[in-house]
Amino acid sequence: MPNSRQNSGTRRRLPASGPGQSNARASIRSERLAAPGPSARPGGGRTVVEFRSVSLRYPSGDKGLDQATFSVERGEFVFLIGSTGSGKSTVMRTLIKELEPTSGTISVAGRDLSEISRAKVPYYRRNIGMVFQDFKLLPNRTVYDNVAYALQVTGHSRREIRAKVPDILRLTGLSLKLHNYPDQLSGGEQQRVSIARAFVNHPPLLLADEPTGNLDPDTSIDIMRLLYRINRTGTTVLVASHDHAMVNRMRRRVLELSGGRIVRDEATGLYVRDESTREFAQRLRNPPQAPESL
Amino acid sequence: MKLGFFLKEAFRAMRRNAAPSFAALAAIAVTMVVVGVFIPIVQATQGSANGVRNQVEVDVYMKTSATRAEENRVRGELLGISGVKRVVFESKAQAFAQESKSDPAAYALLSSNPLPDTFHVIPANPANALAIRSAILGHHGKLLDPAIQNVSNHTSDTKKVLEVTKLVTITAALLAVLLILASVLLVGNTIRLSLYARRREVEVMKLVGATDWFIRWPFVIEGVLVGAIGSLIALIILGVMKVALLDPLAGNWSLLHAPQTIPFLWLVVILIGAGIGVSALGSGLSLRRFLRV
Repeated sequence: MPNSRQNSGTRRRLPASGPGQSNARASIRSERLAAPGPSARPGGGRTVVEFRSVSLRYPSGDKGLDQATFSVERGEFVFLIGSTGSGKSTVMRTLIKELEPTSGTISVAGRDLSEISRAKVPYYRRNIGMVFQDFKLLPNRTVYDNVAYALQVTGHSRREIRAKVPDILRLTGLSLKLHNYPDQLSGGEQQRVSIARAFVNHPPLLLADEPTGNLDPDTSIDIMRLLYRINRTGTTVLVASHDHAMVNRMRRRVLELSGGRIVRDEATGLYVRDESTREFAQRLRNPPQAPESL
Repeated sequence: MKLGFFLKEAFRAMRRNAAPSFAALAAIAVTMVVVGVFIPIVQATQGSANGVRNQVEVDVYMKTSATRAEENRVRGELLGISGVKRVVFESKAQAFAQESKSDPAAYALLSSNPLPDTFHVIPANPANALAIRSAILGHHGKLLDPAIQNVSNHTSDTKKVLEVTKLVTITAALLAVLLILASVLLVGNTIRLSLYARRREVEVMKLVGATDWFIRWPFVIEGVLVGAIGSLIALIILGVMKVALLDPLAGNWSLLHAPQTIPFLWLVVILIGAGIGVSALGSGLSLRRFLRV
């Protein structure tokens, strides 16, 4: 991460994890975030995601994560950045229990993930929305059925599905594409479907792994705007991205990973909490020449 | 509601993955035709072999002078030999009547009955026939009972029959095992292939939070449907073959030896059961490795 790009915020290098550190960071952050007002932090600061010195070594010997420690509070919008192989996806995959850490503990909403048995993993995953770079839609299903599948899995009745799916598709702007198959949609539209599917259960936590990696800048902004809109409903959103320009313009909290270590954790300047999605999108399209970004 | 959903999913999968589904269906149909032809053939072979084996018996000829009391004594002694299932007495008159039936003209020429009273000793297991015979013959030419004139001498014939029928039985059993193995492998492989094409779909379902069985049921139901339809096609082919080829020939065969084979209805039940079982089990089990996400 070149220094010139960084905002002045509360930039800190984390030398190594240690006790008391998360408290130190939290106090720095709350200082910054005090500005918009006391109601700025929905959920009263309950921790949704907590990594405590998590290390993961792949069977091939590669390091996935190395003593990663961080926490995310409810309602936050957090970017995970870093170059390829820095461990962004590993964080995502451990969060949905696709991978098990070699050491350290991960808790989500206060629950230690290592205590969830294999049989219970599906039930756990229903509380997490997941968006991928390659969309991961079911190719044999229409837009409607792709979204409905997430509800069928959780045992919703047909009536509930019929009520909820059109709602979420309207929110994501797909009302006219209901009966199209994924291969008949553009990349941006497919990503919208996958976001709709991730959010239809209203999960408290939404993970997006390079959601704009395959999309052009304009479409990327639309997708980010959609994620922000979801964030504003109170959902905690964690986005992995390598698009530094976009991340800087978003002005949200940034966690940077390198070689599996957390090397930066900052709440970027001008973290505007009560911004409307329209203002948000406008700012993304025309970045203000704020002194911090120079 | 759940079952309806799973059924709908299975039908959707078959419609949208027509080529792999058809491959699995064809594999089942072909396998079931082969099995359907093979079951009666194995049975006929076993039946004939057993028929021949069951004719193995030891005939004990009484002296013409033997009295009723002596005969009763001999019957008791014969029954006392280990491995004897039962003893059938055939009197001179019965033997004469029996024999004269096959060639009335020749027997009509005879003025008196030359045939002796006979005990047919039937062994519990055909393989024991030779041991029973030597027990009746006794040691050093001393027969079991003085009233016995002679014991039938089919030693070499009996040996041959026993060896040949054993060989036939083992060969047929071996072929059956090989055939079943081949069909299970063929069907299993075809199903795996069609699942492999859809492994991404399974992965996505798991990420959305579907339980293993929620994903598996549609696949199992699809397996049942494919198995049922494949077996049905096989049965139609077999039925046509039976009506067109076998039934006209059966008239000719009965002159030689009509082998007792499985009734067609049972064959139908077995084939459909096996087709559905193999296909559903194959789908369910093959899915296991794709479910580990």
